[in-house]
Amino acid sequence: MAKRIDVSDLDIFYGSFKAVEGVSMSIEPRAVTAFIGPSGCGKSTVLRTLNRMHEVIPGGRVEGKVLLDGQDLYAKDVDPVGVRRTVGMVFQRPNPFPTMTIRDNVAAGLKLNGVKNKARLDEVVEKSLKGANLWNEVKDRLDKPGAGLSGGQQQRLCIARAIAVEPQVLLMDEPCSALDPISTLAIEDLINELKERYTIVIVTHNMQQAARVSDQTAFFNLKATGQPGKLVELDSTSKIFNNPTEKATEDYISGRFG
Amino acid sequence: MTAITNGLPRDRMLSEPRDLDLRGKSGSRALKNSVATAVMWAAFAIAVIPLVWILLTVAVKGGHLILDSTWWTNSQQGITARREGGGAVHAIQGTLIQGLVTALISVPIGVLTAVYLVEYGRGRFARIVSFMVDILTGVPSIVAGLFIYAVFITTFGFTRAGIFVCLSLTLLMIPVVVRSTEEMLKLVPNELREAAYALGVPKWKTIFSVVLPTAFSGIITGVLLGLARVMGETAPLLILGPYTKAIATDLFGGNMATLPTMINQDRDQAVTLPAYDRIWAAALTLILLILLLNLLGRLAGRFSKV
Repeated sequence: MAKRIDVSDLDIFYGSFKAVEGVSMSIEPRAVTAFIGPSGCGKSTVLRTLNRMHEVIPGGRVEGKVLLDGQDLYAKDVDPVGVRRTVGMVFQRPNPFPTMTIRDNVAAGLKLNGVKNKARLDEVVEKSLKGANLWNEVKDRLDKPGAGLSGGQQQRLCIARAIAVEPQVLLMDEPCSALDPISTLAIEDLINELKERYTIVIVTHNMQQAARVSDQTAFFNLKATGQPGKLVELDSTSKIFNNPTEKATEDYISGRFG
Repeated sequence: MTAITNGLPRDRMLSEPRDLDLRGKSGSRALKNSVATAVMWAAFAIAVIPLVWILLTVAVKGGHLILDSTWWTNSQQGITARREGGGAVHAIQGTLIQGLVTALISVPIGVLTAVYLVEYGRGRFARIVSFMVDILTGVPSIVAGLFIYAVFITTFGFTRAGIFVCLSLTLLMIPVVVRSTEEMLKLVPNELREAAYALGVPKWKTIFSVVLPTAFSGIITGVLLGLARVMGETAPLLILGPYTKAIATDLFGGNMATLPTMINQDRDQAVTLPAYDRIWAAALTLILLILLLNLLGRLAGRFSKV
């Protein structure tokens, strides 16, 4: 079910501005890969190219290849909508749909894609909420608005919503940066459970978090503002944090950066 | 001015320097503040006085008629300018029917135009559409009425009817709906669109199932305010919608009464007291109708999700 991702020679543009240059890497299935690096180095941008969300931004385009189990996501005949059903995403700020109840939020991906069978939807809602460790907290108020939950609960609701469509890969763009430490812990535990079934890629500014949750870590950097960001190195998390190959990585990890 | 004398005497400040003195007010600053406050209150009063005056006059002169139940149940059929009695139900019905049909035509066009401008519109064509909406906003109502007259009555040879009034009001209402809907759609956070895209929901479905429901109450507010604006229009009605004293609900043929044309009709014959009273009562009825729409619009705005 979980799939591997191979990126080769990826250049990412915003209009004429080259934001990221020459990224090549392999993301292992059933493992957590963390993207770390300073602000503006393009780690979120790279993440968004993995499910073709980058092109939603006006002027956003990509050169190079992103292979999902050998299939190029940017081939001409590939439908971006189909890609996004296979590669789910969780965003930095919790963003439940404000007009929908908790139940409808979780079921949104299926419902909006035409699934009407109520028994099936209820089953998926329960399974996804349990998968996101939220079931016990919300099972008595599934018909209350999703926006009424706390920030941490909302983020787990968004994770439940993302896994309800049964993606193969889960992308997380700084999923804990708007949350308190307790909620962050809940999400990190959840990531540990989810990696048994999904390929997970997480962008984080928190190096301890990268060290705690990830199996491999990719360090991105940029030479100067206005220059494109680059992948400096990708290796197992213990190698990156204990004995990185590149000096720039060591400087960043140890806080001697810049 | 106490504010000025409260200030510290200059010589004392010079002779006895303190570390920090927060007592008293600076004289000129306090004066400027009072003047500015007075100017603002005066401007407010100037703006509100005519409004209150109109409302009071209309209520006092027309109030007794609309408190009578026949005003809301009878038409003016068989009533002459010299006779008292009769009601305005024919005109109220006409105004409501024409308003409803106008809304039915303008809301889909206006909302979809706004969706195009916010969600799809890029480049030259979107700029042209936006510019056209701006132009339409500035079209005087009599020009809209004459335009419809020129196209349908003069060119195609139809006779004047309620539906043409609706068409001309549509021209006036569309830009209001487009602009208000556009503002509401822009308020919907982009994150919600991205959340839907990331679930593999196609763009059109995202717009109809996530963006429009989120902005729904705001759009309703805009529609009701737009409707309130066109229901008080008179010029296109004078050109395209001849008045009748009887109840008439056929938009496609014959005369049809509305509140503005009823006011105009009675004004023509206002040599007599009964007709004179009916002008004020019809005016009051129209104001109340529009006030009601405005209140409904504000109420809908309270349930806004954005």
